[in-house]
Amino acid sequence: MSILINRKSRVMTQGITGKTGMFHTQTSRAYANGRECYVAGVHPRKAGENFEGIPIFGSVRDAKQNTGATVSVIYVPPPFAAAAIWEAVEADLDLAVCITEGIPVRDLLEVRDRMRKQNRRTLLLGPNCPGVITPDELKIGIMPGHIHKKGRVGVVSRSGTLTYEAVGQLTELGIGQSSAVGIGGDPVNGLKHIDVLRLFNDDPQTDAVIMIGEIGGSDEEEAAHWVKANMKKPVVGFIAGVTAPPGKRMGHAGAIVSGGKGTAQEKLAVMQACGIKVTRNPAEMGRLLKSVLR
Amino acid sequence: MKIHEYQGKEIFRRYGVPTPRGIACYSVDEALAAARKLGGKVWVVKAQIHAGGRGKGGGVKVAKSLEEVRARAKQILGMQLVTHQTGPQGQKVRRLLIEEGADIAKELYVGLVVDRGTQRVVLMASSEGGMDIEEVAAKTPQKIHKVFVDPAVGLTDAEARGAAKKIGIPDAALAQARQLLQGLYKCFWDTDASLLEVNPLIVSGDGRMVALDAKINFDDNALFRHPDLVALRDLDEEDPLEIEASRYGLSYISLDGDIGCMVNGAGLAMATMDTIKLFGGSPANFLDVGGGATAEKVTAAFKIMLSNPKVKAILVNIFGGIMKCDTIATGVVAAAREVKLAVPLVVRMKGTNEVQGRKILQDSGLPIISADNMAQAGQRVVAAIRKKTVKKVVNKKVVKRKAGRKIVKRKKK
Repeated sequence: MSILINRKSRVMTQGITGKTGMFHTQTSRAYANGRECYVAGVHPRKAGENFEGIPIFGSVRDAKQNTGATVSVIYVPPPFAAAAIWEAVEADLDLAVCITEGIPVRDLLEVRDRMRKQNRRTLLLGPNCPGVITPDELKIGIMPGHIHKKGRVGVVSRSGTLTYEAVGQLTELGIGQSSAVGIGGDPVNGLKHIDVLRLFNDDPQTDAVIMIGEIGGSDEEEAAHWVKANMKKPVVGFIAGVTAPPGKRMGHAGAIVSGGKGTAQEKLAVMQACGIKVTRNPAEMGRLLKSVLR
Repeated sequence: MKIHEYQGKEIFRRYGVPTPRGIACYSVDEALAAARKLGGKVWVVKAQIHAGGRGKGGGVKVAKSLEEVRARAKQILGMQLVTHQTGPQGQKVRRLLIEEGADIAKELYVGLVVDRGTQRVVLMASSEGGMDIEEVAAKTPQKIHKVFVDPAVGLTDAEARGAAKKIGIPDAALAQARQLLQGLYKCFWDTDASLLEVNPLIVSGDGRMVALDAKINFDDNALFRHPDLVALRDLDEEDPLEIEASRYGLSYISLDGDIGCMVNGAGLAMATMDTIKLFGGSPANFLDVGGGATAEKVTAAFKIMLSNPKVKAILVNIFGGIMKCDTIATGVVAAAREVKLAVPLVVRMKGTNEVQGRKILQDSGLPIISADNMAQAGQRVVAAIRKKTVKKVVNKKVVKRKAGRKIVKRKKK
């Protein structure tokens, strides 16, 4: 059907009473099956209250037990966000989507280490990401729902608005999306390109994938090698930051060329060598994808 | 956030990492007094700027008499120090570090960063101290020893000792080296550092381990829990435009080109810069106005872009998802009026209330060039600059248009 989420997912919002949490819970709830899917909110001191009819619980565990929610979206402010992620992991949810931008890297190092050592099954998307959407079914995050169209192309990206740009181009060409996933712009995060590509590869409803990366790290290269060895579906790509100067952090905490590593040129070259069609023109992402559809 | 070497060394000392004795100075007189206070016969006069490569650029000098300390300090203070990290314009030296001279028997390298692949802090140690470590990594990667540190445990005795042994620290100094490496790791972790480098780390003539240099960068996202570190920030070392932008919650970085750009979202902002380049132009900046761009923010963004005298045209690229295009258009028009915009402005807006947004731009009476997509926006802003240049040379309308068309053709290739 799609990856990560669908109309049957039941979602709680951690940080539902904050300005951002309220606003995006409202718009997500107004999208497709949102009214049935958003079933709980979490706030440690506001148990028993509700937000526009959505019951608020004191903990993720309580929210899960009382509503059956297995997915959480996190809008908790940076100093407390890592603890919120860990709470979702400890409650054994299927998926935690962390939208929060500006979490200290050290906090993520600790949470990710604990997740690995304890073999936790919860998938983490983000942080510092727009979230994930399965068009016409469910939107979890801050992306504009109306630009999406139901279909069979997967989108995975480190950036928010650049994802919308790709989705917008596809929709204009009449090409729908199975799911669009923002993995976030932080240097230490949960699901990476490679993980999302794996999911798209296994999804019978996805025919092809647009993979969007940016400078910094080597996740795109690792994903490209995996694609060459395992991917059964065409993948096209774009990497932002060809013009980014070395040593400068370009907005995202993870978008930095350091020690000559993580350049856009290098990523594009590896992707191309691994059979991924790439473009240097971000206005061409949609058309490039169209060219590989059978 | 970056800090100076002398500040880094002060932090090192708190973690039991030995450094040479030294005093930070702001004038030649202070430098002289510092040398006297330190005593001895050899001093090092070190320029304190945030960029690396200071030695090669002439910002680090040895002095063997007080007279020489005075001469060197006079020479370095106030100079525009050019290194491979400062760019050709260099960075003005406002602070000095006067240190006691060191007797170097062996130069080594130690660095700590967050490894994104393993999601752990990695300690890198090399016997090739004093050199450009990126060069070592490229040419002789086997000479860099890495330890991926378990965050729950920290750098263990065995790991620290093992790394020290591998980079050729003599047996007699191994216990010291272990403590030093563990101190550096703890320093990195406690201060939420994103990069920590000691290059060189030395073994002195009498067998002591000393950190001769100190470079620490901190995770900006963690500064909220380190007010003591925030106090070390030196605004003189930062781009004034970047400081101004951060006041409005804008993410701005100066670049070398002549096309200013304002975009929402970091990824799209980079992609917009790339598009400008793709069509033969050169971006003057990176500017992410973020998700909630108010009229006030947009005006501030315009002022900041235009305070760069190199800017000859501006490209605004907004994917208004949740942000509405009419709101943005109103902000752009207000900003253009307020700053009395005199350079060509190309606007590409996409998303909610797109049509209303365009109408606002059209009705404003301002010479705003509209574009439907990113590629068109890139082409038009580049053409706008070229047309302007052509106009200066040839003052005939027909010729001007021809030139414009020619450029468009060439770009399509």
